[in-house]
Amino acid sequence: MPFELWVALRYLRDQRFQTGLILCGTGVGVGVIVFLSALITGLQESIIERTLGSQAQVIVRPIEEIPRVHPMDGEVLAALTLERPPQRVRSIEGWRAIEDVVRRSPDVSGVAPTITGPAIALRGQGSIALSVRGIELESYRTIVDVESRLVEGRFDLAGFQVVVGTELARTLGTGLGGRVRIQAAGDRGGVYTISGIFDYSSQTLNESLVFVSLRGAQTLFGIAGGVSALEVTGGDIFEADAMAARIQDRTGLVAESWMEQNGDLLVGLRSQSMSSVMIQVFVILAVALGIASVLAVSVVQKAKEIGILRATGTRSRSVTRIFLIQGAILGGVGSLLGIALGAFLALFFANLARNPDGSATFPVALTPLLYGRSAAVAIAVGLLAAVLPARDASQMDPADAIRNG
Amino acid sequence: MRFEMVDGGDVPLLQATDVRKTYGERVVTQALKGIDLELAEGAFCALTGPSGCGKTTLLNLIGLLDRPSGGQLVLQGEDVGPLSDEARTELRGTRLGFVFQFHHLLPAFTALENVMLPLISRRGRATAEIREKAARLLDRVGLSDRANYKSTDLSGGQKQRVAIARALVIDPVLVLADEPTGNLDTESTAQVMDLLESFNHQYGTAFLLVTHEDSIARRCRRVVHMVDGLIASDQSGSLSPADRT
Repeated sequence: MPFELWVALRYLRDQRFQTGLILCGTGVGVGVIVFLSALITGLQESIIERTLGSQAQVIVRPIEEIPRVHPMDGEVLAALTLERPPQRVRSIEGWRAIEDVVRRSPDVSGVAPTITGPAIALRGQGSIALSVRGIELESYRTIVDVESRLVEGRFDLAGFQVVVGTELARTLGTGLGGRVRIQAAGDRGGVYTISGIFDYSSQTLNESLVFVSLRGAQTLFGIAGGVSALEVTGGDIFEADAMAARIQDRTGLVAESWMEQNGDLLVGLRSQSMSSVMIQVFVILAVALGIASVLAVSVVQKAKEIGILRATGTRSRSVTRIFLIQGAILGGVGSLLGIALGAFLALFFANLARNPDGSATFPVALTPLLYGRSAAVAIAVGLLAAVLPARDASQMDPADAIRNG
Repeated sequence: MRFEMVDGGDVPLLQATDVRKTYGERVVTQALKGIDLELAEGAFCALTGPSGCGKTTLLNLIGLLDRPSGGQLVLQGEDVGPLSDEARTELRGTRLGFVFQFHHLLPAFTALENVMLPLISRRGRATAEIREKAARLLDRVGLSDRANYKSTDLSGGQKQRVAIARALVIDPVLVLADEPTGNLDTESTAQVMDLLESFNHQYGTAFLLVTHEDSIARRCRRVVHMVDGLIASDQSGSLSPADRT
């Protein structure tokens, strides 16, 4: 065993009470960090998963229609009021070529052509506003795992079949195999059979979203052979903004990321993360001060011994290392205790309350990365906290230390 | 006034020339006012004098634990004045041994480990060779049966014998002992002095002993007496081996 490690371990063992106390302090600190990180990350992942479970990371749409005025030569416009025209479902011109361009963009892992437009569902005397989405199941399942949301039936959109949400089925008073008339603008529509019922865990989506085949939507919205959007998914979900910007540059169309569409949610998540980071910073600071104070006291207590070591030929850099190693050991062992404590608390909390479907009400994200990061932070903090005491010890005058220590 | 060496060979082990030491900036205290001293290889020398005369200060300067304010110190032909702290540490760790009045063993370590420490700190880690050498020395000071005892479990005399073994484990050319028996009873004092003498005779290790006790000084082949920061007398060869016993 290297000399410095040998002496450091003996010093820590020799001061069992102090060592035990600071290990407990470090353990509790790291435990709080692990627990908070696991809980907040778990909650955020759950929220994001629910959000992205029903939408693409980026949606590419045609540019909005804007009215333009072209004055004739010599014509003077005294006063003019321009009104935005009502937006209709329009196709992306040359969408197949654009789909190829998007698919070749960096970080893009899936592209699905879709048509989304407004319609009304009619059944008996009842009617309800809908958002009809025409999809090709093969490409759309790379964007959203819709089949996992099915609670009844099959995801079959062939012919005049439709998949609706649980709330819509209930509102229309129908169910699997039921028939419903869907009417879009321009008096286009038809009678569809419900082949499946989904649950998106969202009241709004469950009562308004309806899936039809892409071809059916093209007929419904009068854009034969066209699509109104390209839905895109990629790698890191938090890089969606950058991905959208790149796609917009390459295609000249409007590319909107999920982050733009859910600005309030992101602000909330970021505020939550910042609060968590602030708490962790103060906990780390407290741990650092604890380790530093224990080592500073140790340097004073061991002054005479340090003097003896220096007198008998121990180099000053070895003395520095002895105290740095003590800091690292306190941080390292404290982090192991803390990881165990934090993981226990997180799992206990996760099992405390469960949703009706069996999932945890407070999901936690305990990952090797979290453990590794917590241990690395604790060891780094231990080392940094030991720097000043170690410097004091190494600069100690051996004659003074022996005489006055 | 200059006192020449009287024992040992031709090459001086240590040569101090006009060594001075002052403390303080506003109120200056002159602890050493110009010391000239030579020690030969294998010397067995006592440094005596009243409290505050500068004995320990001189010992610290010779032991490279402190730097003189003036003058020159030469160890085995090497002027140690300009040496860096690291170089002085290197010299302490390879050529000088220390025995203190209060043994100063490290309480977290066993007797054997205390003896091993100076060698382990130089070589980076414990080896079988270091362990064997430390065990031999402990045996030599009569404490092989106490090798695994913590210093807190040893008597005063035993602690001091462990400290002597620790000082000798690096095969030093000079051992500096500051009141090595100052805290011991008569029997332990005799044991410690016997050990120091035997190491001096057997291995030729030079010893410079700071002491208040005449009985200790009388057992040395040379006695340097200091008064008020200066060497007042230097008596050598005054005692026969018979006198010492």
